Amino acid sequence: MSTEIVNTDIKIKLLDLFQENLSVIKNDSPDYINKIREKAIELFSKLGFPDKKNENYKYTDVKKEFDNGYKTYLSPKNIKFEIKDIFSCDVPDLNTKVILLLNGWFYDRENLLQELPGGAIIGSLQKAMEVYPELVERHFAKYADMEKEGLVALNTAFVKDGIFLYVPKGVVIEKPIQVINVLMDEEEGFTSHRNLYILEENSQASVVVCDHTLSAVNFLTNSVAEFFVGQNAHFDYSRIQNEHNGSKQISHLFFHQEKDSKVTNNTISLHGGVIRNNISVLLNGEGCENNTYGLYLTDKGQHIDNYIFIDHAKPNCISNQLFKGVLDDFATGAFNGKILVRKDAQKTQAYQANNNILLTDDADIKTRPQLEIYADDVKCSHGATVGQLDENAMFYMRARGIPKKEAKLLLMYAFAHEVIQKIKVPALKDRINDLVEKRLRGELSRCNSCQMHCCNT
Amino acid sequence: MLSIKNLHANIEGKEILKGINLEVKEGEVHAIMGPNGSGKSTLASVLAGRDMFTVTEGKVTYMGHNLFELSPEERASEGIFLGFQYPIEIPGVSMVNFMKTALNEQRKHKGLEPLSSSDFLKHMREKKELVELDTNLTNRSVNEGFSGGEKKRNEIFQMAMLEPKLAILDETDSGLDIDALRIVANGVNKLKSPHNASIVITHYQRLLDYIIPDYVHVLYDGKIIRSGGKELAFELEEKGYDWLKKGITV
Ligand SMILES: Nc1ncnc2c1ncn2[C@@H]1O[C@H](COP(=O)(O)OP(=O)(O)OP(=O)(O)O)[C@@H](O)[C@H]1O
Ligand SMILES: [Mg+2]
Repeated sequence: MSTEIVNTDIKIKLLDLFQENLSVIKNDSPDYINKIREKAIELFSKLGFPDKKNENYKYTDVKKEFDNGYKTYLSPKNIKFEIKDIFSCDVPDLNTKVILLLNGWFYDRENLLQELPGGAIIGSLQKAMEVYPELVERHFAKYADMEKEGLVALNTAFVKDGIFLYVPKGVVIEKPIQVINVLMDEEEGFTSHRNLYILEENSQASVVVCDHTLSAVNFLTNSVAEFFVGQNAHFDYSRIQNEHNGSKQISHLFFHQEKDSKVTNNTISLHGGVIRNNISVLLNGEGCENNTYGLYLTDKGQHIDNYIFIDHAKPNCISNQLFKGVLDDFATGAFNGKILVRKDAQKTQAYQANNNILLTDDADIKTRPQLEIYADDVKCSHGATVGQLDENAMFYMRARGIPKKEAKLLLMYAFAHEVIQKIKVPALKDRINDLVEKRLRGELSRCNSCQMHCCNT
Repeated sequence: MLSIKNLHANIEGKEILKGINLEVKEGEVHAIMGPNGSGKSTLASVLAGRDMFTVTEGKVTYMGHNLFELSPEERASEGIFLGFQYPIEIPGVSMVNFMKTALNEQRKHKGLEPLSSSDFLKHMREKKELVELDTNLTNRSVNEGFSGGEKKRNEIFQMAMLEPKLAILDETDSGLDIDALRIVANGVNKLKSPHNASIVITHYQRLLDYIIPDYVHVLYDGKIIRSGGKELAFELEEKGYDWLKKGITV
């Protein structure tokens, strides 16, 4: 399905695309989804794209990124490749279950839903909508707020496929699940996968998501993931964003945490032309813990924008945000961290830190903490720094014989280390350590298939 | 080994070194003393290659090289070691990684193979014993949270690890307790050989009881105003610097 590049507003174009392909879009989706779809397209029509007047999008013009005549993926495309060929050595010691999404579609069409030990289910969201309607209906579009955000409404209107994970009550999945989002096509493409993770009470799981581009054309992604983390459930979610620099990625994560649940979320951004990450957390019960961490290493003309919103709705919860970034060349970025402590959320502890190193005068980052506190018995802190590499430390190392380049690397690596250290799965931590070191050395390939390259060398 | 001729250096236009002359030969120990702010650390920094200071005049030759043509890391690899008056904390860089990188980079510069991990650890264990460095310190980030004395001892440990030809120790004795002072001095003396030399910057004659200098120089307002043997240190200890300042036009 392709759109002509005519001089109409991209919003109108997308609305038209929706109407013209209504039957394809609605086909295969149950009614309850199509009802939500109708509401979503209405909302998108009303809200449109956030523009630069929107405080939350001040530093990233997302609309511009859509206006590129991307082809959309209204049905899965058959591209055959062996997952082993590409990722065989990528995560060598990480004993994981590997799941692949190709251009937003669950790849293994023969095996759309798989059962894991204990009755957990992993697979295609589209299939799950059909097979587990009550479960999906109970959670789908309940946490991703499309009333406020046109991009979420857009994703919901076009929703087709993505990851579905269900972990029933009390079930602990020991092995991390690895999700690989692959973008691969001959033509420029727009994907908008939708993901739903349901962790019932006392369950545990950890998921690693890797975003990759395997062909050199430009891609745009507008993805949404919803996470329901039930009472006393523990969930680890790490992402490695490593698309080529011709790709634009907008992601929206919505975490809904119930009483005594614990979520740790790491976002490691290595490559990608424009990256906008929205992470929204609702602490909806007492005793929750949320850790939202991020590391971004950018150079050339990359742009990274992290927007975090932590909603302390209930008392006695703790949240930690730590985002660190190194920006080289003329890379630009923004960090916006909002903490809302509602009136009843007494004994809240909420911490936020954003530290940045700019390696050149042309690199730039805007960092903005926002605290809205309506409870009186709280402990909150926030701190943001933008600095250069420590000259004294550089000289100290050089005076011991360490060349400038190596000294710089050691310092950058030391800076990044604090975030990497927070990654829980040891094998993943080692892997990310490696990737980060390669990235800092400039050895991580910038072309379309970095992983294949590191495998071959 | 080292020859400094009429060295002038400034920072942001302010002249700090105003014509230093100094000759250091293999096997010698030179002590530099002088009041606060006279330029001792500046001299040490200029020799190590700190680029915040601008050299405006003069010449320094080291082992036949024009020193100013070498980067700080090349100077280090050619055997110059600066023991910092205020050692720098580097959070996130472990002592082990720091020393291993430094040692192997210096070896690379000399065309040698990097040390294997086990050889490196053995070397490190020996040197740690030599300076009686607490084992825990090497497991931590460089100087991070080290006490003042531990930082100084760590400088000597690094010196022992890197085995320099010319050690410039900037007030390595300050802040050390008596035992530590003895250990530090011992470390310096153990490294002494007919082929290397040290420049020891200190305020206290006490250190010179342990490290016997061949020459003592007094630096005052950017110039060496007096040089002598070790007895000059005693004289300074007794009389201070005022008697030397007389007759100097500032
Ligand atoms: N970064 C700097 N900026 C400005 N002035 C400086 C700087 N570093 C040193 N100076 C000045 O240079 C002069 C010499 O300083 P230096 O540190 O060399 O003295 P010193 O002899 O080592 O003193 P001390 O015995 O206190 O260690 C002082 O007046 C000092 O203020
Ligand atoms: Mg000094």
